[in-house]
Amino acid sequence: MAEIVDSVWSQRDTSPGAIEAALRGLVIEHTRAHAGTMPARALNLVSVVDARWRGEIANRLGMVGRLAPSRNVVCKVEPGRETLDARATVSGLEGGREGLATLRETVVVSVGERHLEHLDTIVDPLVVTDVATVVWSPHGHPEAVDALLALSQSVLLDSRDEPDPVDALARVGRLAQDTYVVDLSWLRGTPWRERVAAAFDPAARRAELATLDRVTVRHRADSCVAALLLAGWLAARLGWRVSKLTRRDDGLAGRVRSRRGEVAVRLEPEPDMTAPGLCGVALHSASGAGVALRRGVGGLEMTRTDRDGHERTWTVLGASRGEPGILGEGLRQALLRDGTFDPALAAARGMVA
Amino acid sequence: MGLTEPAGVGGNPLTEGLERLPVHPTTLVIFGATGDLARRKLLPALYNLAHEGALPERFHLVGSSRSELRDEDFRERAAAGVREFSRREVDETVLDALLASARYVSGDLDDDGLYGRVGEVLDAYDADADEPLHRCFYLATAPALFPVVVEALGARGLDACENAQVRVVIEKPFGADLQEARELNARVLGVFDEQQVFRIDHYLGKETVQNVLAFRFANGMFEPLWNRNYIDHVEITAAEDLGIGSRAGYYDAAGALRDLIQNHMLQLLTLLCMEPPTSFSADAVRDEKVKVLRAIAAPPPQEAVRAQYTPGAVSGEPVPGYLQEDGVPDGSTTETYAALRLQVDNWRWAGVPILLRTGKRLARKVTEIAVTLKPVPHLAFDSAGSVGPQPNQLVLTVQPNEGVTLKLAAKIPGSRMRIRPVNMEFLYGTAFLSQSPEAYERLILDAMRGDATLFTRNDEVEAQWRICDPVLRAWCDSSEPPAGYAAGSQGPAQADALIDGAWRAI
Repeated sequence: MAEIVDSVWSQRDTSPGAIEAALRGLVIEHTRAHAGTMPARALNLVSVVDARWRGEIANRLGMVGRLAPSRNVVCKVEPGRETLDARATVSGLEGGREGLATLRETVVVSVGERHLEHLDTIVDPLVVTDVATVVWSPHGHPEAVDALLALSQSVLLDSRDEPDPVDALARVGRLAQDTYVVDLSWLRGTPWRERVAAAFDPAARRAELATLDRVTVRHRADSCVAALLLAGWLAARLGWRVSKLTRRDDGLAGRVRSRRGEVAVRLEPEPDMTAPGLCGVALHSASGAGVALRRGVGGLEMTRTDRDGHERTWTVLGASRGEPGILGEGLRQALLRDGTFDPALAAARGMVA
Repeated sequence: MGLTEPAGVGGNPLTEGLERLPVHPTTLVIFGATGDLARRKLLPALYNLAHEGALPERFHLVGSSRSELRDEDFRERAAAGVREFSRREVDETVLDALLASARYVSGDLDDDGLYGRVGEVLDAYDADADEPLHRCFYLATAPALFPVVVEALGARGLDACENAQVRVVIEKPFGADLQEARELNARVLGVFDEQQVFRIDHYLGKETVQNVLAFRFANGMFEPLWNRNYIDHVEITAAEDLGIGSRAGYYDAAGALRDLIQNHMLQLLTLLCMEPPTSFSADAVRDEKVKVLRAIAAPPPQEAVRAQYTPGAVSGEPVPGYLQEDGVPDGSTTETYAALRLQVDNWRWAGVPILLRTGKRLARKVTEIAVTLKPVPHLAFDSAGSVGPQPNQLVLTVQPNEGVTLKLAAKIPGSRMRIRPVNMEFLYGTAFLSQSPEAYERLILDAMRGDATLFTRNDEVEAQWRICDPVLRAWCDSSEPPAGYAAGSQGPAQADALIDGAWRAI
């Protein structure tokens, strides 16, 4: 039976150099003591979290399973703190399935607000060199993110955390100029994008893309950005000219211009939806044909409507990833590059600007 | 923002940037659906594809075999197999949805009526979708039935479908010798076009096997060394610590050469030795692989070793020899170990021995490719008092502990210039976040998509048999029994004669 073994170090009023030396020592000590263990080297995750929510963030990261970062540098922000405290932990499974276990390293550094502007000088010695570094600051602290941009390769964020979608998209847009952004709100739309793409993939159906005249995206009330990004993706991929959507009922609505005419776009909040993200997408063409996807049991429920109004409904298979799955996917995506995000973001911003 | 021209993969502007490209709606028919392969590999692979949302938007499963089962019985058996063998925890809602429309058609595979009933099920799915779905027939049956099923499909007109693609996936072994492979190819290609045929070698679906191509063709540092000027020899090993278990019937008829060398190991060899393809398209890759196989002559008798394990010890416990295993015929001469010394007679590889060995009940389970470079021409250091430098060795481990190791010489800390070998290691498990999919997941999806890059072409199969056939015939005609090696050992001493120096320790 595999057993988790931890090696721990902690120090009050410490320095980045001392923490780095301690981490190095812990890894050597751990690999010597437990043969067959190797440090994981997929990515560094630097998270900046409010001290009072530290436990919640640790729980979220603990649930992402195999997708956990290799080295997790947690900057715990405590109001008024003047000095640095740190606790480093090296964990590994002893006697893994194949006789090999990977080590994961976590260092929690307690910092004060005054440290945030130059947080890079604290974090830089703590990340593994030549391994991709991802920054995640779920409780705001934009000054910390700005400070860390130079040493990171990507920033993980969730636009849903920002109450106003316009501000959220503007923030992502600014960051995207300097680094690669992975927005969890974009990732919540991945299965929807894949299924919409598949629905129009058969050559006979592809022509319908040019004649789309109605698009409706339904979303949880706090996930308007996810809906905007999906609409933005369609606009960017299909070459639509976007214009500002206006408030209608609780949602947003307006018209964008395709090569053949106008497309009515509606983003509708769904009050009964429990999980963050999207709950439905419907695309219809002038002929009356269309497809609609909505959350179902065991996958997405797809309804295809023919020109004559005939409808067929079936389940497109797929498991819900849940929020831990989305976060894990965010970490994985931080090591990839999705060239369709920036154009989708630009189009989404065009629909609220 | 202006109007722009849509762009995308294959003319669909929405597919650009997607990690998972759409697969056309498909019905998959598994012949042999109640067998071990289906239960342990195929059905769990389908479930995992469903879980990830990777199956086509419309997907139907049809199981067929001789057992008399109702649809509900098949669904229950399939679900039980998935729960037992899936690589991830099962989401029952997805499993239910996957199997909800699954149908089962029972019958003898040589009964023409079976195919009529299968055709009716396929037509019903098409009618329900109001469009013809692609059809993929997976032959997970006994090899003797491959041509029977293929010809019956043809006789019923199931080899083609208007406005839809029809594909057939054929499991290994593809023939038991060159003659059988040729006959099977002729019968299969008498019904289907080569583009419709997907001959599985599941090794090619393994991430680490595909990584051989990435390793060679995406890294500039190795290509200048990848030839006879720098490479001394290559060892490809597929060792198992287990015996034959309950597979005596199959194994005694096959033996180690047919079981692993003729297919998996020669495939590894081709990936290691092929020239860079002009593209990663199916035929460009397979053209290059075939060129390698055609450059290999069958080894002379003295460069092929066969052996059988004798009683020994594994994990500290005594274990029987092959002839003492349940179900093995008395006096069987089937080899449980085979080793070949091959040469690839082309400009790049001429004179470089390529050594292949595989066996049951060896010291350890490992599949690897070890490339040993020639030693440096002159060494300025005195190696007294140390192991001294050894030739650089690059080891690509396919399983377990998937990764790449480069053996280098390094100075031992101290006042003297003493050298010993050290390892630079890359391990998949430490460098990537995501779990590798099972080989069958990748291959089933590729077959449904019509991408044959990771499948074996007809000329490839025959070229593989052309290398192995003379060895098998010589062993069959020989009056000498196979050599022996103790279970749990490194293999027979006779294999040492194949290599200049010593084999890498298993």
